[in-house]
Amino acid sequence: MKGTNLGEFEELVLLTIAVLLNDAYSVAICDELERQTKRSAKLGVVHAVLNRLEEKGYVKSKLGEATQTRGGKRKRYYTVTSAGKSALYKAKELRDQLWSMIPEFSLKAI
Amino acid sequence: MKVNKESSPPKWATRLLAWYCKPDLLEDLEGDLYEYFLRNVEQKGLRKAKLIYIIDVFKFFRLYTVRKPEFINYLINWIMLGSYIKTSGRSLVRNKLFSTINIAGLAISMTVGLLLIGVLMDVFSYDRFHEKHDQIYRVISRYQYLEHQDRSFMATNSLRAAKAIEESFTGHEGVAILRRGLAGDVQFGEKAVPLSGYWANNSLLSVFSFPLAEGNPATALKEPFSLVLTQTAAHKIFGDESVLGKTILLNDDKEYTITGVLQDLPAFSHMKFEMLCSINTLPISAPERAKSDEAWDNVWSHWVYVVIPDERNLTAFNENLDKLSAKEDLTVKNTHIELALQPLDDIMLGNNMGNEIGPTLGTTILWVFLALCIIVMLSACFNYTNLSIARSLRRSKEVGIRKVIGAVRGHVIAQFTTEAIVLSLLSLVAAYVLFLFVKPHFISMEPDLQKILVLETSPLLILYFFAFAIFIGLVAGIFPAMFFARLNAISVLKSSSQKIFSKVTMRKALIVFQYAISLMLITGTLVIYKQYKHFVNYDLGYTTNNILNIAVSDNNASLLKNELVALNEVEDISRSAMVLGVGNYWSTRMKNPVKPMDSANVWFMSVDDKYLPLHNYRLLAGRNFTPLAPDAAESEVIINEHVIKRLELVKGDFIDALGKEILVDGKALTIVGIIDDFEYGRANNNNNREVLLRYSPKDCQYLNIKLASASSPALIAKIDSIWKKIDPVHPLQAKLYDDEIKEAFSGLSASVKVAGAIAFLTICIASMGMLGMVVFTTETRIKEVSVRKVLGASVARLLLLLGKGFFALIGIAVVIALPITYLFFEEILLPKVANHAPIGLFDMLVGVLAVGLLAMLLVFSQTLKVANANPAEVLKNE
Repeated sequence: MKGTNLGEFEELVLLTIAVLLNDAYSVAICDELERQTKRSAKLGVVHAVLNRLEEKGYVKSKLGEATQTRGGKRKRYYTVTSAGKSALYKAKELRDQLWSMIPEFSLKAI
Repeated sequence: MKVNKESSPPKWATRLLAWYCKPDLLEDLEGDLYEYFLRNVEQKGLRKAKLIYIIDVFKFFRLYTVRKPEFINYLINWIMLGSYIKTSGRSLVRNKLFSTINIAGLAISMTVGLLLIGVLMDVFSYDRFHEKHDQIYRVISRYQYLEHQDRSFMATNSLRAAKAIEESFTGHEGVAILRRGLAGDVQFGEKAVPLSGYWANNSLLSVFSFPLAEGNPATALKEPFSLVLTQTAAHKIFGDESVLGKTILLNDDKEYTITGVLQDLPAFSHMKFEMLCSINTLPISAPERAKSDEAWDNVWSHWVYVVIPDERNLTAFNENLDKLSAKEDLTVKNTHIELALQPLDDIMLGNNMGNEIGPTLGTTILWVFLALCIIVMLSACFNYTNLSIARSLRRSKEVGIRKVIGAVRGHVIAQFTTEAIVLSLLSLVAAYVLFLFVKPHFISMEPDLQKILVLETSPLLILYFFAFAIFIGLVAGIFPAMFFARLNAISVLKSSSQKIFSKVTMRKALIVFQYAISLMLITGTLVIYKQYKHFVNYDLGYTTNNILNIAVSDNNASLLKNELVALNEVEDISRSAMVLGVGNYWSTRMKNPVKPMDSANVWFMSVDDKYLPLHNYRLLAGRNFTPLAPDAAESEVIINEHVIKRLELVKGDFIDALGKEILVDGKALTIVGIIDDFEYGRANNNNNREVLLRYSPKDCQYLNIKLASASSPALIAKIDSIWKKIDPVHPLQAKLYDDEIKEAFSGLSASVKVAGAIAFLTICIASMGMLGMVVFTTETRIKEVSVRKVLGASVARLLLLLGKGFFALIGIAVVIALPITYLFFEEILLPKVANHAPIGLFDMLVGVLAVGLLAMLLVFSQTLKVANANPAEVLKNE
């Protein structure tokens, strides 16, 4: 398995999955991302990221029940694995650490 | 949310997605796209939503979504192929009738395809044995006198052009020149053999790759009076002796030295000859002829070939040709001669030009052949499609089970196309046998074809045949395969009988079409045959019965005549310059001495004093020629009324023309007789009405022998032995007049044969299509028939019930075909033919009757079986 570090968009997607909890499937993730970030999230991109996250072992997926809405096609629901959770924590810790190291004046200077 | 059909995404895009996407990703992805699609329909409208859907499908074509090819699939495909072949074999054996119909139909029509492939193979292998075949061009010419617009090229050219190209043009590597007119008896010691060939220049052997068995190609035709023979020709004269350096006598005249022996020419050479003679002999042996050859407008006797190795030089070369003709046109009056290049490889297939060096095929005949082949093949393929789909009732269950077990569309398609290919390969075997049988008949149809085609079986040919059969199998099999692949497994298995087949109209239309074509061809054949019979038995204005024409050279004619006239079987002998009524023409200019400015073209024939009575010509007035001494000057002429009218010799009664003089060839001839109209050229040509007969035995090349009774081989043998005594070198050329007339119309009889063969072909195919349809209908209606029978219907009523639909179809075909055929002949073809026979009702109806009877036989043979079946047996099986 290639690199296990988390990209920015990957992190967002992972967080969104966590936010949506039991309702996290591709279209819902896209919608939620758009709502939160106010920028458009293309299905193709999200799909590719989900696929990559699953490859890295941060999420796992299972097919849900068939519904009428999607032409009888089942949804694929994603949940964050513990590896995913720790990756999220790690990313947050890294940021917090960096935040804490910023001297007061340097932010003001910007 | 319920979606109506309108607002569903484009099917093909979904299919594309399903095709490339990994199966485990597919469902989720399809769902997502669909959800977005629905959302877009609401927000942006259906059209835009569809567009976005399509774009998205393409966008998802990524590395992680694309399905990887797997080796195991190929392996499975191979194993399945074996299974398909096995099941195909079983299904063929199980449905013997259908298989026979299909195999026979395909085989018959495939034969046409095989012939076409053979012809193409032959034609495209012409002249390819020359090493530089793709660099050799023939320089052809177009002769235009004043404003006469004769827009066709001739294969020949002038010697002057050839020399100018050879000497002053750049960009070529040699010019080969051939001149016609080399023929005669080659004598060596006591032995003489008639041979023919061309005068040729020295470069010929370097331009073309005719390999020399003996001699040096660089110098063989360099010196005057050099002669090159082919091996066969050399063997004829010298046997197994070595021939190089020997001298022979040509036509009792000049001596020539043999400087080379050519290996026998390959069959696929567009020029054929037995000997070649150096062309620079001519200025020495025939100076005046060589002199007239020098003229720019003498474009009738030489063939010029040039090697241009680099294609880029072609435009410059063509420009130079135009410049040359612009310059040389000044040397002749009122004449423009245009030159052009024709690639060697195109000669056999090119348009038929005047003065060809040998017979060529031309593209028209190939296109006709190709069109015919396509029509016939398509009909046969349609029949296959029809029959297979007709059988769908029996096979749909099999397909249903296959699908339930896990076959996808591709598998079903593969199975049914395999079946069709297996069948078409079986047909190929039958077609090949037919091909071997038809081949000699096909080649001998036309004398030219006989010279051009070989149609030899080679491994490459067989390979093409296989490829063709597989292709036909694919074409025939793809529609039934698609049909079966579309079947819905559940509905097929659930209901025991159902209407799968609804497109009956299409099949009926096809049957009508096939029958209409067959009817047209059959009727057309009959009409042409009637014309042929009509022309062969045409009243030409003279009798041709039991007359044997022998071609003789002048010196031994009287000798032979004296010998033959002594025979008991010979009634009388006359002499003539040629044979009339078979398309020979000889023309000159005539004038009325009173009005010398008005000269007219006239057709003439030189005869002796016995010719007219021997052939029973009808003299309207005057008398026959009086015999003159052999060296006496020509003084008498016999003319027909058209000549009197054309020259305005007399006003009023034409008998007054007797005793007047007309000028022919500058000679004043007295009119001694007026002859009734007779056919000068061929009976179907009305253009040559002004005819005169001249008394000139010394110009006569033929003996016309009136036999007391019909000719027999024994008599011919007797004449032959007399001939051999007088002329041991040349073979006897004797033909019965009636046979010559038949030969003159061999084009018509060939058309009858071809059209007849095609008619046979189409009626076979149509009958098979019909048979299939009848079987299908009767089988599906067998229960209905049984129930009717139980309720009291008679066999005759049942036959009518089952058969009337088919007879209606044939009726429609007749209504379509007959008027078209009639109009085609009456309005288009026959008006162009002079003296043609009228089309009778009988000719039109014979074909209909024959086809009707055949169809009735087909229909009743099948329906009778059903109508006679025991209803108890049939209904018991429910």
